[in-house]
Amino acid sequence: MATTLDKVDVVTVGVGWTGGIIAAEATKAGLTVMGLERGRKRGTEDYQHVHDELKYAVRYELMQDTSKETLTFRNNKDEKALPMRQQGSFLLGENLGGAGTHWNGQTWRFLPYDFEIKSMTEERYGKKKLQEDDGYQFEDWGITYDELEPYFNTFEKTAGISGEENPLGGKRSESYPTPPMLKSRMLRMFEEAATNMELHPHMMPSANLSQQYENPDGEQINACQYCAFCERFACEYDAKATPEVTVIKTAQKSDNFTLRTEANVVEVITDEDDDSKVSGVKFVDTITGEEFIQPADVVALTSYVFNNYKLLAVSDIGEQYDPKTGKGTLGRNYCYQIFGGATGFFDDQFNTFMGAGALGMALDDYNGDNFDHEDLDFLHGGNISITQTGARPILSNPVPSGTPSWGEEFKEESITNYTRVLSVSGQGATSPHRENYLSMDEEYTDVYGVPLVCLTYNFTDQDRARQKYLAERSGEILEEMGASQVDLAAELTDYNIVPYQSTHNTGGTTMGSDPETSVVNNYLQHWDRDNLFVVGAGNFQHNSGYNPTATVGALAYRCADGIIKYAEDGGRLEEE
Amino acid sequence: MAKTPEEKQFSRRDFLKTTGVATGGIIGGSLLGGLVGFNLDGSSSEETSTTEDTASEGTETDNKTGGLTDNSRVFFANDTDFNTVSAAMERIFPETESGPGAIELGCAFYLDGQLTGQYGFNSKEYMQGPFAEPLPTQGYQSNLNRRDYFMLGIKKLNEEANDRHDANFADLEDGQMDDILTDFEAGEVDLGVPAHTATSSYFFTMLRSATLEGAYADPVYRGNRDMAGWKMKKFPGHQMSYIQYIEDDEFHELEPEPVFGMTH
Repeated sequence: MATTLDKVDVVTVGVGWTGGIIAAEATKAGLTVMGLERGRKRGTEDYQHVHDELKYAVRYELMQDTSKETLTFRNNKDEKALPMRQQGSFLLGENLGGAGTHWNGQTWRFLPYDFEIKSMTEERYGKKKLQEDDGYQFEDWGITYDELEPYFNTFEKTAGISGEENPLGGKRSESYPTPPMLKSRMLRMFEEAATNMELHPHMMPSANLSQQYENPDGEQINACQYCAFCERFACEYDAKATPEVTVIKTAQKSDNFTLRTEANVVEVITDEDDDSKVSGVKFVDTITGEEFIQPADVVALTSYVFNNYKLLAVSDIGEQYDPKTGKGTLGRNYCYQIFGGATGFFDDQFNTFMGAGALGMALDDYNGDNFDHEDLDFLHGGNISITQTGARPILSNPVPSGTPSWGEEFKEESITNYTRVLSVSGQGATSPHRENYLSMDEEYTDVYGVPLVCLTYNFTDQDRARQKYLAERSGEILEEMGASQVDLAAELTDYNIVPYQSTHNTGGTTMGSDPETSVVNNYLQHWDRDNLFVVGAGNFQHNSGYNPTATVGALAYRCADGIIKYAEDGGRLEEE
Repeated sequence: MAKTPEEKQFSRRDFLKTTGVATGGIIGGSLLGGLVGFNLDGSSSEETSTTEDTASEGTETDNKTGGLTDNSRVFFANDTDFNTVSAAMERIFPETESGPGAIELGCAFYLDGQLTGQYGFNSKEYMQGPFAEPLPTQGYQSNLNRRDYFMLGIKKLNEEANDRHDANFADLEDGQMDDILTDFEAGEVDLGVPAHTATSSYFFTMLRSATLEGAYADPVYRGNRDMAGWKMKKFPGHQMSYIQYIEDDEFHELEPEPVFGMTH
C-alpha cells in the first residue's frame, strides 16, 4: 500500500536541465516544488578522479544502469524487438543532473527554419517537396523562432555560453554572455580553409566557459582548463555549465524546493473524477522499495525522451500512435541523428589529446534551408564542424581505410595517426517518418515490472542522401586544409544500436498547434490534461542538424512560464 | 597566450579546496603531481616535497606496476588459460618498433581484474530473458556473462591449437596463432553452443577490445605498465590543464601522469 505524501504545487519527474529549470523558476514565483530524481545525489566533490577513460568513457560510470531499465529495439515493425542489453548507440544519463552532467556543452539554437519546416518548405518548393506520399511527416512546431528567442537567451545566460555571432543563424536579441573559447591550431586551419571556400566559419557556442562567469541567479561557473575530459565525464572544476552547477543550486536556495533522490516514478496518477486533470505521481523509493503517492497541482515530466514517453503510455494518457492507421500522437515522430563526416590524415602532429567538449569551429552553409534543395532529394542538412574534444587512447585508434583491425600494422598505424588525424563532420538532421516511432514492448519489463519502451527505427532515404552529401562537403574542407589522405565516412546502412552514434534522441511527445499531430501545445501543456506538462527533446517534431540542449533549455523556460501561468489562472494555455 | 595570473591561481586554489588536499583529507600522488604540472610559475617546491612523501608511503614494491607484483592473479586459476589469453592478446597488439606489446603491458592481468567485477558479471546490463538470436543491428543477446563467455573462447583457442598443431596455443608460431585468430574473427570456429549463446567472432571482438583497454587504461587497472602504452601513443594521461598550450602550433610531448596516485 502506497503512502500518500503532502500535496505540493509542482512535482517534477527527473531533476536534470528541464526539471532544474522548472524548479528554479517555479520556486522563484512562490510555488512549492518537489523534485523527484530516480538516481542518486552527486556533485563536484564526486568528480575529482574523473580523468579515467576506462571507468567513465568505456564502462559508462555516469550512465543509466540498464540492468534495471532499458528499451527494446527493432529496425521495423515486422521484426521482433529485443532488449538493448548494453548501452551503445546512445548513452542514457542517470543521477542528479541527468545527461546534463556528462554532456559536451555544444550549445546551438535550432534555426528559424526548424520550427516552421513544413510551411517554409511548402512555400519555397511546393507541397510535393515534403514527400508525404513517401511516409515523411514533417510538422511545424506550433511556435516560431522569434517566440522562442527570449527563452534561448535566458538559457544561454543561465549557462554563461561562450560564443560569437553565427552569420547564418537566427537573429539574436543579445550577444553571447561570454566570449568564444581559445582557437587551437586545427580550428585555425578549418577557419582558413572554410574562408577560402567562401563559407561562414565561426566558433562553436560552448558551455565550457572561456572565462569565469556569474549567471543572473548568482551561480558561478569557472573558466575551462581545456583538460579534455568532458563528454561522458563530469567537470571537476565547475567549468562546464551543468544543472548541478546552475539551476539545481538556484532551486535549492529556496525553501520552496525539496529534492528527493532515489525516487523512481512509475506512474502518473489520473484523476478519477476529472479527465482533464492528473492528480500526482506514484514513485518507488529505490533504496527501501516502498511506494509513495506524491499529489501535486501540476505534474511536469522532465526526464529523458524515452521515460517521458513511457510514463504517459503506462498511465494511459493520450492515444498511442499507430503506423498502420496514422492515428494517435503518443510515440509519433521519433527521430535521431546522422553524421556525414570525413577523416583527414596529416603529416604533422597535433595536440589531439588536449581540448574541451565544445571547443570547435563550425559552419551552417549546409544546414537547414541555408542552401538550395531544389535539386536535392532530401530536406534540411547539418552543421559541419571540427571539434577538439580530446582524443583518448582506448577509444581513439584511427587508421587509414584498408588497415587490418589488429596486429602489427594496426598497432603502428593507430599509434602514428592518433596525433595526426583530424575529422570534419556534419551533424545531420533526420526526417520524421511514418515507420519510426515509440511504443510499449509486449514482452520485456523493467525491474519494477513496468513494460520497456520499444523503439522501432531505421534511417530514411532522405537521411541516407543527407549523410552522403554532408560527408562529401566535409571531405572538401579537409582537402582544403591540406590532408594527405581523406577518407569519407561510409554510407549509411540499417540503423544499428551497437556502435556509439549520438545521444540526441528526439520525438515521441511532440509539440504543435494541432492535437491531431502533437502531444502537447506550445507551452508543453498536454492536450488532454491541463495540469500535465511534458518537456524535453521528445517535443521536437524532427531532429535538426545541431546538438539539442539549447533548444531543450529554451523549451524548459517556456514550460516554466506555462506552469506559472497555469498556477495563477488554470485552464488551457494555447491561444485560441 | 594571454591568460591572467588570477585565472590560473583561481583554478588551482579551487581544486585544492574542493578536493580537501590542502587539509590532508585526500592523498593522491596523481593529484599533487598534477598540481606540480599545473603550477606554471615555478614555485612548486612545497607541492613537490609532498608528492615525494606521498609516494614513499604506500608503494614499496616495483614502481613499474604501481604497487602490484607482476604475477598476481585473481580470476584465471589455470596457467594454460592465462598463457593462452596472454599469447592471443600479444598477437592482437604485438611488440613492435614503437614499443612493448600486450604481454609486457600486462593486458592479461588487466583482463584478469576486469573479469572479477562489474564487467565480468555484466552487472549494469539487462540480463533478463527470454534470449533470442538477434539481427546484426540488435547487439549482444547472450545469456552468458563475460566471465563465462571469455572462458568458453579461451578454452576453444587452445583446443583449436591442439587440434591443428598438437600443441598449446601459447607455444605456436606467430603465423599459426594468427590463422586461428583470423578464423575466430570471421566467426568460422564453432564454439559448440547456439549462435545466440556465443560466437567466435563476438569473442574475438571482446578480446580485441580488452587488449586495447589493457594497453591504454590507467595503470591502476594493472595494464599499461610503466604507462608504456601512453608513452608510445604520446598521450599524457591525467593532466589538470592544457590552457597554457591550447593555442600553440607546436606539438607537445608531455610526461604522462596517472590518475590514481601511483608513482612512475
